Amino acid sequence: MPTTVPAHGNDAAGRLKELADATASDSALRRFLHGLPGVDAVGLEARAASLGTRSIKTTAKAYAIDLAISMIDLTTLEGADTPGKVRALAAKAANPDPTDRTTPRTAAVCVYPDMVATAKAVLAGTDVKVASVATAFPAGRAALPVKLADTRDAIEAGADEIDMVIDRGAFLAGRYMDVLEEIRAVKAECGDKARLKVIFETGELSTYDNIRRASWIGMLAGADFIKTSTGKVAVNATPANTLLMLEAVRDFRALTGVQVGVKPAGGIRTTKDAIKFLVLVNETVGEDWLDNTWFRFGASSLLNDLLMQRQKLSTGRYSGPDYVTVD
Amino acid sequence: MSDRLSVFKTYKLFVGGKFPRSESGRVYEVTDSKGNWLANAPLSSRKDARDAVVAARKAVGGWSGATAYNRGQVLYRVAEMLEGRRDQFVAEVAEAEGLTKAKAVAQVDAAIDRWVWYAGWTDKIGQITGGTNPVAGPFFNVSSTEPTGVVAVLAPQESSFLGLVSVIAPAIATGNTVVVVASEKAPLPALSLGEVLATSDVPGGVVNVLSGRTAEIAPSLAAHQDVNAIDLAGADAGLAKELEIAAADNLKRVLRPQAVDWAAAPGTDRMTAFLETRTVWHPTGSLGAGGSSY
Repeated sequence: MPTTVPAHGNDAAGRLKELADATASDSALRRFLHGLPGVDAVGLEARAASLGTRSIKTTAKAYAIDLAISMIDLTTLEGADTPGKVRALAAKAANPDPTDRTTPRTAAVCVYPDMVATAKAVLAGTDVKVASVATAFPAGRAALPVKLADTRDAIEAGADEIDMVIDRGAFLAGRYMDVLEEIRAVKAECGDKARLKVIFETGELSTYDNIRRASWIGMLAGADFIKTSTGKVAVNATPANTLLMLEAVRDFRALTGVQVGVKPAGGIRTTKDAIKFLVLVNETVGEDWLDNTWFRFGASSLLNDLLMQRQKLSTGRYSGPDYVTVD
Repeated sequence: MSDRLSVFKTYKLFVGGKFPRSESGRVYEVTDSKGNWLANAPLSSRKDARDAVVAARKAVGGWSGATAYNRGQVLYRVAEMLEGRRDQFVAEVAEAEGLTKAKAVAQVDAAIDRWVWYAGWTDKIGQITGGTNPVAGPFFNVSSTEPTGVVAVLAPQESSFLGLVSVIAPAIATGNTVVVVASEKAPLPALSLGEVLATSDVPGGVVNVLSGRTAEIAPSLAAHQDVNAIDLAGADAGLAKELEIAAADNLKRVLRPQAVDWAAAPGTDRMTAFLETRTVWHPTGSLGAGGSSY
């Protein structure tokens, strides 16, 4: 594969030991992160762009659309969320297109902690998970006990997955160990009750090198998923930063045998975009990740576009927004 | 004697206020009435039609929500801009339709006058299509008209400019947005009209111009679930029937093709064709079951 090969990619057994060492102290972690190979920004963007030019048609497109629907974390994270809106969204996740029962369910709904119980009640008896953001989302500017309490609340309300934000302030100030330990603490809070997604807010990390470092911190700390963005800043998931994170999970598995999921979130609105991301997954980490256990889309309006495209494929007529719900 | 190289114009589509090439990358040769090559025009595909509908749908809110007075001003501005490019349109119409200069001038002048005429109608059409209705109960009963939404327009095949303006202007005057399929043989005046619209305060997406094979583009517009009405002016009898069947699926309004003298005064029919009537019952507060208490 013509992608970046990390310097520590070959000799896995020897490197594992080095990995344990990597998190032993602040300076060791810094050495490890700064020892990761630099990202070739031009090459990364060119690679992401070239993978976006694939033409996916007919049966392959139908497969991709259903796969994408099944990977969506249907999200509503607004201050104006009402129980009614969350119930409607959960009902949609369980039955995205009432006119066509062959439509797959979404992977999860993603809500604020206080809405978890509401969503859970609607989704009882389905396999749709409830994900909850936590740890003072989206800014993450709160003390650790507050973040842990936030997480505990969500889990007690029944959340199956926790989407936490990292402390970007600490990361950008170079206090990597603080970031790592915070993730570990939240992971411990999740225990075996909830899978942990770690949001880096890539739009605030400034450089691709930082995104790679953040990815490794997340994975070293035990994240089940690494996630691009909160959806609350100007730059959210892009093909390039998602490709970079996919390479990170690929390298991490090659090194440790531990598989970590990836979730691009925010700004993915069209079927075309979603399919581009699926191509990235297939070409970078392969089929092992083409499943909603390992890859998710954080999105809301994307689902409507996927449903409209699905209707187009099944009826031959272009559909319109009158035929999907207004969320 | 000048030794300048000739500068050929690249005709492009007009979609969402921008000038894209066809998504398919295809073009076709446009000739004058004697068969001499004039230019290459984009040969639009179904996907171009889909993109145009998306652009038109996006523009519905802003355009139908604008005040009728404002829409009138914008349409009048179109006439002003056309006046400034009169010579270009005269030349294009003369070449496309094989007319003498004098006859082409008459066509273009009539087309400009038609913009002005429809510009005047924007804030008056409501008075003649709506009003209060007499009802046998203690209610005020008021009807008012609203635009239908996204209208697909197959422009007349023969009258490349006057006919084109005569089908676009009435549809947008009342607040609809349109996707126009230009005359297949003579699309150049329509594509140039896009350049005029882009510079005359018409919001992007209100008018979208496609060129290409009518029989290729029209069926996907007729079947499109997000198109609210279709004007079949440029379809022949066989195609019109097929399109009408496809349009029935989501109960589109259909304006059937009819013999029209484009030079004659148009009347309000083409405006009222793409309007919906909303009727509101409002209690008067009177206790009597019938008649007025005043």
